[in-house]
Amino acid sequence: MNFDDTPQEAVFRAEARAWIVANAPKQYEDELRASSLGRIALKNADILDVAKAWQKKKADAGWACLHWPKDYGGRGASPIERVIWQQEEGPFGKLSGLFIIGHGMCGPTMMAYASEEHKRQYLPPLASGEKVWCQLFSEPAGGSDVAGLRTRAEKRGDEWVINGQKIWTSGAHYSDYGILLTRTDPTVPKHKGLTMFFLDMKSPGVEVRPIKQASGHSDFNEVYFTDVVIPDSQRLGAVNDGWNVALTTLMNERMSIGAGVATGVPELFAFCSNLMLDDRPAIEDRNVRSKLAHWAVRASGLKYTSLRAISALSKGERPGPENSIGKLVAAPMIQDVAAYALDLQGAAGVLSGPEAELAGKFQAMLLRAPGTRVEGGTDEIMRNIIAERVLGLPGDVRVDKDVPFNQVPTKGRA
Amino acid sequence: MNFDFSDDQKQLRDQARKFLAEKCPPKAVRVVLDGNEPYDRALWKGFAEMGFLGVAIPEEYGGAGAGHLELCVIAEEVGRALAPVPFSSTVYLAAEALMLAGSDAQKQAWLPKIASGEAIGTLALFEGTGNPSPKAIKLEAVNGVLNGVKKPVADGAIADLIIVAARTASTGRDSDISLFLVDVKAGGIEAKALTNLDPTRGQAELTFTNCKAEPLGAAGEGWSIITEVLDRAAVLTAFEQVGGSDRALEMGRDYALDRIAFGRPIGSFQAVKHILADMYVSATLARSNCYYGAWALSTNAPELPEAAASARISATQAYQHCAKNNIQVHGGMGFTWEFDCHMYYRRANALALGLGSLSYWEDQLIDRMRKRNAA
Ligand SMILES: Cc1cc2nc3c(=O)[nH]c(=O)nc-3n(C[C@H](O)[C@H](O)[C@H](O)COP(=O)(O)OP(=O)(O)OC[C@H]3O[C@@H](n4cnc5c(N)ncnc54)[C@H](O)[C@@H]3O)c2cc1C
Repeated sequence: MNFDDTPQEAVFRAEARAWIVANAPKQYEDELRASSLGRIALKNADILDVAKAWQKKKADAGWACLHWPKDYGGRGASPIERVIWQQEEGPFGKLSGLFIIGHGMCGPTMMAYASEEHKRQYLPPLASGEKVWCQLFSEPAGGSDVAGLRTRAEKRGDEWVINGQKIWTSGAHYSDYGILLTRTDPTVPKHKGLTMFFLDMKSPGVEVRPIKQASGHSDFNEVYFTDVVIPDSQRLGAVNDGWNVALTTLMNERMSIGAGVATGVPELFAFCSNLMLDDRPAIEDRNVRSKLAHWAVRASGLKYTSLRAISALSKGERPGPENSIGKLVAAPMIQDVAAYALDLQGAAGVLSGPEAELAGKFQAMLLRAPGTRVEGGTDEIMRNIIAERVLGLPGDVRVDKDVPFNQVPTKGRA
Repeated sequence: MNFDFSDDQKQLRDQARKFLAEKCPPKAVRVVLDGNEPYDRALWKGFAEMGFLGVAIPEEYGGAGAGHLELCVIAEEVGRALAPVPFSSTVYLAAEALMLAGSDAQKQAWLPKIASGEAIGTLALFEGTGNPSPKAIKLEAVNGVLNGVKKPVADGAIADLIIVAARTASTGRDSDISLFLVDVKAGGIEAKALTNLDPTRGQAELTFTNCKAEPLGAAGEGWSIITEVLDRAAVLTAFEQVGGSDRALEMGRDYALDRIAFGRPIGSFQAVKHILADMYVSATLARSNCYYGAWALSTNAPELPEAAASARISATQAYQHCAKNNIQVHGGMGFTWEFDCHMYYRRANALALGLGSLSYWEDQLIDRMRKRNAA
């Protein structure tokens, strides 16, 4: 057990640090540091422009998509080098948030299923942030049960014609490409009739409508497809084998592990250290200490759980379903931490404007957290994964498993 | 960076698990639970033969000199098997205190006896209700003579060597407290076994009457030594707690796979699956915090105090959570004396208190985090 860098890791760290110090957009450092979880706001610049510029700079110098092969715009770095990079990149790493879906899920799916020619064409500009990708899986009728989706793809010669609707698609409004899961055969059970594609989001017939979220922001969208044409060469995997391709995508989500998952705990700790409660810092209050300690050990437990996963990865083990634990712990924790930070402020906890404590940082966290608990699999789905895939408990009863998709009931109450 | 035990350490874990599966089945734990023996003597002898007792004791003092990572690995298995032996009081408390503060002569006198299983040791710290604090120590030492009462003292009724925290001044400072080493053979101690939540690990009241003692460590340094011993014991105990959590989770999982209700294994009900998933989550978070504590302990890192408090809190919570939900998953069977669930439930709740309760460690953690943030 050893936390020190090996000589090789130390060289990598020194190089990374020197390059970041010389190149990072330091004018935004304070704003990035202060920004709340899942939401970066820059006063005098467009976040997309700043993020793209930083990503391009990294790519040009060989620091983008560290774990990807060099041929596709990456660096072929080890898992530990990724962690070292993250540690050194610090608050500037928050700028990569916009690319997470492309880099963590779409890219690896392309790597596994696209033709060599397509990989060389599409992956480098994805790595460099010049092109942004989104993931078009969820539909009004298919969220947790993503195989319940209804968007149709019909073969017409060498092309496919797409009709239907996606929903909650993060970043679709600024994405250039997307990976798209469709139904190609409704007469077989749901998992057996799906096919995956990638497409140009500017294709005729694609309409993106931003959705206003519970937080008041609009980061995700509805996407409508009306007779959208996709060449068969942009199919990923075999016809009707889309479920397996989708599993690759979802599994790759786990690869995007890092040692610094957001929990809200450092923010709460700092807040309680400064907030005066009954004429003394809140952190001196017995109840406050107990709550803080409870969340602090969950946060440190998560941090060291990822370090264990990274150690396993670097020994060549594959990331398994046990990595679902990160989101399952962190997401509800952010929600509870934010609510508690407001509780400590009493009635003034409702205020979120510039006159309020920390200008509404915890209010913003509170309003974002419900989405964090849902996106990428709800708490309940995460628990199912752990129970079934880690602990080996029986799968849920699936009444639609053997029923042709077009005969599956579509409403709960008749 | 490599955040895992080595292959050799994992092999030692397998060895310990195999040994304990054979020599310490639940049946053996029950002999002590039912009050027929104060501890499992044969098992204790086996611990000595396997080298478990001296694993972290330097070779010059009769140990194996392997180190604390190895001891962590064994502690986990001890916790998993609920071993009814005075392991924690002897090895985590007495031996650690000796190694930290003992003179060469004291180490020569006692560490080899601990490593060979000849001597059982403990730390006499508490004096009734309340958490560790210099103010709570009333037992007095005047010219090396102790007078006062300690309770509860873990394994106090079977100990040969007792390290005693005593008051040597009354200035209201930490330096009021000094440590003493008492050879029970010398007399002046009356021990009374106390009924307790977890009879597989004994508790006693010790009355010291003009008991002759030799100082352990410098006068006035007692409290800082105790703090350090507690930190070290906290990491080691946390491994016992993680071992217990894992075993409770396994028991629950196995039962959920076997028990049928409404025509299905109860493990196919989501409410049950989610209980077990949450047990896995708390056990995993605790294990990861423990690994960090193990690293800090084995390298004597300045992070040890914070790491120890985190490991302690998280392992305490995990074991309590897993042990109580293991009973829930077992339904009515889980509430019977016959099933082993309650033995884990008892141990979980007893271990939660032994080194100072959860609230004590929460306080410690926050103080230590504040210190780091201020630095
Ligand atoms: C902020 C945000 C960003 C997103 N970004 C994207 C994106 O970029 N691309 C994309 O494709 N999708 C995206 N999604 C969609 C997301 O993947 C789905 O919302 C999510 O999988 C849940 O599906 P649902 O909304 O249909 O909820 P439902 O599946 O209808 O779930 C409703 C409730 O039922 C519970 N439930 C459902 N099934 C089970 C079960 N088997 N066992 C127990 N409980 C169950 C759920 O836990 C939940 O509590 C995003 C969502 C959010 C909130």
